[in-house]
Amino acid sequence: MSKPLPQPDVVTRHFWSICKEGRFEFQHCEACGHDQFPPRLSCTACHGADLGWRPSSGRGTVYSFTAVHRAPLESFKADVPYVIAIVALEEGVRAMMNLREVDPQDVTIGMPVELFFEPTEGEYPLPQARPRQMYPSETLKIIMNSDS
Amino acid sequence: MASKAVITGVADTAVGKVEGSTSLGLQAEAAAAAVADAGLSLGDIDGVLCAYSFTEPHLMLSSVVSEFLGIMPSYSVAVSAGGATACAQVMQAAALIEAGICRHVLAVCGDNRLTGMSRDKAVAALSEVGHAQFERPYGIGIPAAYALVAQRYMHDYGVTPEHLAGIAVATRKHAMRNPKAQMRQPITLEDVARSKPIATPLRLLDCCLISDGGAAVVISAADAARDTRKRGIEILGAGQMNTHEHIIASPSLTDFGCKQASAQAFGRAGVKPADIDVAEIYDSFTITLLAELESIGFFARGEAGPAILAGALDLDGALPCNTHGGLLSYAHSGAAGGMFHVIEAVRQLRGEAEGRQVASPKLAFVHGDGGILSAHCSLVLGRN
Repeated sequence: MSKPLPQPDVVTRHFWSICKEGRFEFQHCEACGHDQFPPRLSCTACHGADLGWRPSSGRGTVYSFTAVHRAPLESFKADVPYVIAIVALEEGVRAMMNLREVDPQDVTIGMPVELFFEPTEGEYPLPQARPRQMYPSETLKIIMNSDS
Repeated sequence: MASKAVITGVADTAVGKVEGSTSLGLQAEAAAAAVADAGLSLGDIDGVLCAYSFTEPHLMLSSVVSEFLGIMPSYSVAVSAGGATACAQVMQAAALIEAGICRHVLAVCGDNRLTGMSRDKAVAALSEVGHAQFERPYGIGIPAAYALVAQRYMHDYGVTPEHLAGIAVATRKHAMRNPKAQMRQPITLEDVARSKPIATPLRLLDCCLISDGGAAVVISAADAARDTRKRGIEILGAGQMNTHEHIIASPSLTDFGCKQASAQAFGRAGVKPADIDVAEIYDSFTITLLAELESIGFFARGEAGPAILAGALDLDGALPCNTHGGLLSYAHSGAAGGMFHVIEAVRQLRGEAEGRQVASPKLAFVHGDGGILSAHCSLVLGRN
């Protein structure tokens, strides 16, 4: 049994096709300015239908995380323990990703991460996250803006 | 002709590992017993509200159950809101009665999730509630989704793994007083800390059971309830709130719709959390109960954990809670899991809880949550 793979539909086709180009985009409401992810047919704030797309810088922080030891499906059993994180992108939207290239014990809330695209058995790569090295000035900015 | 709604009959089947059981059989057994508990006959039932089944799913479960019972209700639908289903069934039954549409409504649920399917299949089926495109490709399951809540909640409010473990231990203590409970072995904080990790910070003993079991409640019009066997338990208030389905779309990882659902129920009943004598609150995971106790306002943020370690949820504590043993230690068989909470509240108010009876309670609070703290329904029940 293979892992569940994204099946793009009329609402998400743009998102997944952009992933193939190595970019992560979220929806932006041209009427009220609300940013949202996952993609919808209309704005969740004003319910207007005039939605555009904005690119993410690919930088974010860990908003929450868990190391999964008991896989929900046979196809994930070889991966345990694997980390699932909710990543807060610096543009303000949040997305679920696996956190790669890190020991689960070393993950913390607020940890800086960067996106990358991981090939799957299907047509579309998955956006994933890994720890990000920061420049000193950026560290200071995160400390000053920290809400945690 | 509108009339206030009261609960007139409750029953649950044997729970845990019920060899040879079927989903339909458990529902029928619970239904017949609840109707008998009310002193009614099945022919008196004019409304049927069913839930859902994993082992015998059907597009029209409520019709299937009525057909099996041999009744022809004038109102019949299935309700599906995950762990909020049971409370939502009771809330809807009360609305049907207060609108004058029904006189005696049967709310019934049951599933044989333990013997009717493998543990792997149950876990896999539950993981399908994850978002198909933006959660499931990452290996999300229900425990992992609640673990994301737990991690953030612990970070924001200083909750420790020991605080969560305290909930598992307190709930097991209640179950040990209940001869019907699936898990009655005593456990300690160390046992919880040493149980195998499922999705950090949640360990096996932080997670609910998988069980067989059926549960049913009869809700009647107050004037029709004069003929029932026992004094009716009043549905004083009910409320709902639904903020999201997928954890990725939740407005918050620490504040949930139980706050608004319970505020509605308390408001309609004209009572405050401090007035509640006994509470039966959805506990799919230890973090579920902790987040709900604090969001609803029974404890201030960060204070439930230490209070529970000091005995706050015990029979003589500030808020006796999940006195039957909850989903963590009594049983969890799908929608019936939430109905066990409703039934326990009624038994406590009637004074039928035997060795786990709270001293003469007058007001009970019941809460169910479905999804990942997504759908919430609260009830305030009272003995007049």
